[in-house]
Amino acid sequence: MGDILHLYFNLGYWWDSAPALLRGAGRTLELAAATLIFGLSCGLAMAVTRALRIAPLSVVIVMMVDAARAVPGIVVIFLLYFALPYADIRLPAFVCAVLALASNLAAVSEEAFWAGIQAVPRGQSEAARALGLSRLVILRRIIMPQGIRLGIPLLTGKAISITKDTALASVVAVPELLNQMSTEQGVYANPSPLMLGAIMFLLIFLPVVRGSRWLERRFQWAR
Amino acid sequence: MDAFAANFLNFGSVLRVLPLMGAGLRTSALLIVVIVPAAMLLGLVLAALQQFGGKATRRCIVVYTDFFRSFPPLVLLVFLYSGLPLAGLRFNEFQTVVTGLVLNGGAFFGEIFRAGIEAVPRGQWDAGTALGLRPWQVFRRVVLPQSIHPVVPPLASNVVELAKATSLAAAVSLPDLLTSARQAQDIVYNPTPLVVAGLIYLVTFWPLVRLVSILETRSLSRRI
Repeated sequence: MGDILHLYFNLGYWWDSAPALLRGAGRTLELAAATLIFGLSCGLAMAVTRALRIAPLSVVIVMMVDAARAVPGIVVIFLLYFALPYADIRLPAFVCAVLALASNLAAVSEEAFWAGIQAVPRGQSEAARALGLSRLVILRRIIMPQGIRLGIPLLTGKAISITKDTALASVVAVPELLNQMSTEQGVYANPSPLMLGAIMFLLIFLPVVRGSRWLERRFQWAR
Repeated sequence: MDAFAANFLNFGSVLRVLPLMGAGLRTSALLIVVIVPAAMLLGLVLAALQQFGGKATRRCIVVYTDFFRSFPPLVLLVFLYSGLPLAGLRFNEFQTVVTGLVLNGGAFFGEIFRAGIEAVPRGQWDAGTALGLRPWQVFRRVVLPQSIHPVVPPLASNVVELAKATSLAAAVSLPDLLTSARQAQDIVYNPTPLVVAGLIYLVTFWPLVRLVSILETRSLSRRI
């Protein structure tokens, strides 16, 4: 038991590694924020564009979305970080990670919002047209508000999964939390920083997971 | 354009590293075949325990589920791989990836099965009991078969996500498809192996992703 305490809960090492880990946690939050902002806004923009039903645009969007959903995030990060430099495009690791994760989230959220938009009963837009509203107004005031609401329960779980994937940035040496955990473990030759970092990950994501349960219930109840 | 082709579409050079990448592809396929059914089974067991276990069991399962849903799978893999050996518990790379992803995937599958089971009307349990079936028989023969159909879309989606997550193996240097593509890149001095690995993932998962999206859209429209 003393061994376990010494190995994983060594307060001295915790104290010493805390600043680096907190910096890493900050980086993780930055990655998550950038991913969520870019991913969700691009996803919503694509879903709205698709709702305009302009065939060529829709085809392009569906292909992009499918490709981004089919290829794992870590593969995209590797392609951006290790393959693109051969085309003389050198992106910082942070940008590679955000691009990969945001494109994934954009694809997933486009799917969810689009499913929501499609689920809005036809009668809604027919009634609006009978009232003489224009197509854009119908989309903006009738379809979108309901479609987004319907799409949210489909989205929360996946959005959280992708936000958790910020840890992938560690494989291209972005000094986020996981990366700092490994570095600090090496510095002290003791896994206590690993444990402290793991606890920090839980502190970041546990409220999000619990919150998503609440959100899903709430939107279900609203129907 | 020629330079682009020589770098990114240099398929001739990939022929030289074909055995390496083939071995990687086999490892990735093996990971998927082992991890997905095992995680599904774990999820089913967790969901069943939630129905039959006492209050303490149920609370433990909620804690387990929330824990693994909150914990990034990659962090789990790194923890298993580099944190546990110092306590004398050593997994090899394959065991690390399988253990980590089954624990993680099981939590997600458990939630999905639970949702399916809870969607079966209470009357089905009562009717089964009234017929003289034991609780376990009611569960297995009456409730469980009805619980799967409504959760097919999230199940399919989770299978795809878990299969994709096996690419995390690269982070603990298990020679899967992605790792071997990286190694191959250093042998042929061009990124075509990485491009090929990406294409393999794309071709494999595209039909599945399409299927999942059709299932999800259809089920949402039906519920309205």
